[in-house]
Amino acid sequence: MDTVDLKPIIEALIFVSESPVGAEQLAEALDVGKAVVVPLLRQLCSDYATEKRGIVLEETAGGFQFRTRPEYAEWVRRLSRNKPFRFSRAALETLAIIAYRQPIIRAEIEYLRGVDSGGVLKTLLDKRLVRILGKKDVPGRPMIYGTSRDFLELFGLKDLSGLPTLKEFNELALEAASTVDETS
Amino acid sequence: MPYDIKIDNFEGPLDLLLHLIRKNEMNICDIPIAEITRQYLAIIDAMQSLNLDIAGEFLLMASTLVHIKSRMLLPQSEDDVSEEDEEDPRAELVRRLLEYQKYKEAATDLDLLPILGREVFARKFSSPELAALEEDEFQAVGLYDLVEALRGLIRNVPEASYHDVTFEQLSVTDRINQIMSQLAGKESISFAELFSPSPSRHEVVVSFLAMLELVKLRMLRLLQSVRFGTIWLFPAVSGEHQDGLDFDEDALGYG
Repeated sequence: MDTVDLKPIIEALIFVSESPVGAEQLAEALDVGKAVVVPLLRQLCSDYATEKRGIVLEETAGGFQFRTRPEYAEWVRRLSRNKPFRFSRAALETLAIIAYRQPIIRAEIEYLRGVDSGGVLKTLLDKRLVRILGKKDVPGRPMIYGTSRDFLELFGLKDLSGLPTLKEFNELALEAASTVDETS
Repeated sequence: MPYDIKIDNFEGPLDLLLHLIRKNEMNICDIPIAEITRQYLAIIDAMQSLNLDIAGEFLLMASTLVHIKSRMLLPQSEDDVSEEDEEDPRAELVRRLLEYQKYKEAATDLDLLPILGREVFARKFSSPELAALEEDEFQAVGLYDLVEALRGLIRNVPEASYHDVTFEQLSVTDRINQIMSQLAGKESISFAELFSPSPSRHEVVVSFLAMLELVKLRMLRLLQSVRFGTIWLFPAVSGEHQDGLDFDEDALGYG
């Protein structure tokens, strides 16, 4: 089969996939090498990016998925009558700590946050954003936590290297402070 | 009101301290510990006077601050000056504050990403309804929620399938006596009659052993009219008239 014909097939396969579909998976379905699929995927991605479409082909959590453009969120929500959800600060802080510091145990999370994090950790585990990687070989054998594939998918990250760069501070970030403190 | 601060707005003592330091435009590397402690304790006091529950962590931080303050007031004695003691008592707190600030910022950055189901949508998405979970670890649990949780728990517990294993204390000797009394006054009983309608494995084995034992003791004779026909148990003593039938004791292996 000509590779020219493959591109729309790949497009179709991604369209029907419930979760991000990987290049290997596509290659297997098409009975071609991964090396054939990857450049076609790149082409598709740029096709969607350049043509002004409502959806884009996004590489996330080790696969490819069609997603609406973020600037149309408001319209999508109007149709589905969904209110945008908000993360609790506790959830975000804990997720951030786990994402950047994994593998990590609960005691380390709590030391960094300065508060008990058992409840929020359980919520994150329930939501499958965090998973148990194993048990640490120290007294008490505490659980080791890390982020999951769902986490990457939710935040639209290709992999963990896609996380925003962690800023190192030597002093207080004054501007960032004001935004959070005003909320009541 | 100087301390118009809701403790609920803070993720924890580190967050509250960061806020105070910023508000007072203090230098984090040289925190006026006496002043920050005073302000921090005033907030805790205000909270307590409003009968608000204060998480233990806030109190722990209060004691840490007081401890740091006291260490800074004490003149360092000559012999105490070792490597570790030379460190500023505030150093660990400053490190923690900066580290906390780092992840607090990272959390804000994470929240700025286009999130599936919030800014971007796919045709089908896993339920990321982490929404409105504000402070959920500080929320009091009502009785209803507790009962619901219990109910959910019970619902998820698979139906227990019990299998009571009661060990029958049936010995071969008991069974021998039972067989003998079963046979008493009868001419014969069939092999099948030896066992209850649905015998346990244990009963079968014990009954069989008892039967063999009786044969060995020559108290019982096993006879059948045709091969593979019904096996009959005859008491050996009252079985004279059966002598004509061929009874091969050796065939049972009990020779």
